[in-house]
Amino acid sequence: MTPSGFTVKDAPNVRNPVGQTIIESLKNAGIRFVVALPDIVTSEGLLWPISRDKQLRLIRICREEEGVSICAAMSYNDTRAILLMQQTGLMASLNALRAVGMEYRLPVAMMVGLQGKEVHLSPEKSNSYGVRIIRPVLDAMGIPHTLIEQPDDVSQIVPAIDDVYSRSLPHALLVGRALNAA
Amino acid sequence: MKRDRALHCLKKCVNAQDIVVAVYQTLFDWMAINPRDLNYLSTGAMGHASSHGLGLALANPDRRVLIFDGDGSLLMNLGSLATIADACPENLFHFVFVNGVYEVNGSHPIPARDKVDFCRIALGCGYRYSQRFETLECLEESIAGLLARAGPILVEIKVEPGKMFPRNYDYIHSAKARQIFRTALNSSPPT
Repeated sequence: MTPSGFTVKDAPNVRNPVGQTIIESLKNAGIRFVVALPDIVTSEGLLWPISRDKQLRLIRICREEEGVSICAAMSYNDTRAILLMQQTGLMASLNALRAVGMEYRLPVAMMVGLQGKEVHLSPEKSNSYGVRIIRPVLDAMGIPHTLIEQPDDVSQIVPAIDDVYSRSLPHALLVGRALNAA
Repeated sequence: MKRDRALHCLKKCVNAQDIVVAVYQTLFDWMAINPRDLNYLSTGAMGHASSHGLGLALANPDRRVLIFDGDGSLLMNLGSLATIADACPENLFHFVFVNGVYEVNGSHPIPARDKVDFCRIALGCGYRYSQRFETLECLEESIAGLLARAGPILVEIKVEPGKMFPRNYDYIHSAKARQIFRTALNSSPPT
């Protein structure tokens, strides 16, 4: 039984984004550093492949809010980075995002796995309180966000990251489904 | 030792191309003692100097990054020591000004005051070297040699307030301060 009350055999048949296409999108957006704390939604499809990728430097952090400051500081000479984490880590990072992202207007690109979100439901309809509140919290802070759910959604990654650096603001790319590794 | 004397000592060893990330009263004193465009003033959330310093060190490998942290500040972000050690930037030099109190918030004592050993914690996390200084004379003798080492290293400096300089919070959080740093970073070539 899943948290939403579905049995595995009743689970909707959905298409998942492919991790390798997301990694290519990150590179196409000029990302050089991935600053990360493991998240089960993106672990197999993104973080493990990134850890083996010679074109990306992986910085492992102990707490997600460190990553907000690391990414923001890197931006001063236009070095692009992305903070990869779970939505629980996003919640733990809100004060740093408030300070350096919103009050200082520094660019912080984030990719956030929505752990506990049902694959066929929008985040606001999730049975998980922690998932339901994510977009309203981001809206309250004025932080733009994009849901990466269908394979076609991956095309939004490069423009979103370009927007982060051209407007100098944070942006959360919310990954709503586990990623296929390849 | 008096904090302002320690900062005057460090001033002699800071090169024009170095980035200095400082916090709270140490920052305000440093701004007065050594005003320079490559002072990084805006760390936003308390405890994040080490994380900003790491980002700067990784993105600017041809420059030295000196972090002037506080003991209370570092306690808020102790995990960053493991993060820094894992990333292992040779150009990162982490100074911790130990006064035992949250000075700008009413001088309340930090937890485990006089017990926390940042040098041992840093080495335990994987920093290449650490050393503690309690007298100005010892710091003056050793500082040039310390900065010639490969980082990351941590230097603990036991201080008490010396000559105090004004706390200009509006300026350190201003867009102007960040723009001055950005311009200096991108216009002055590292040595």
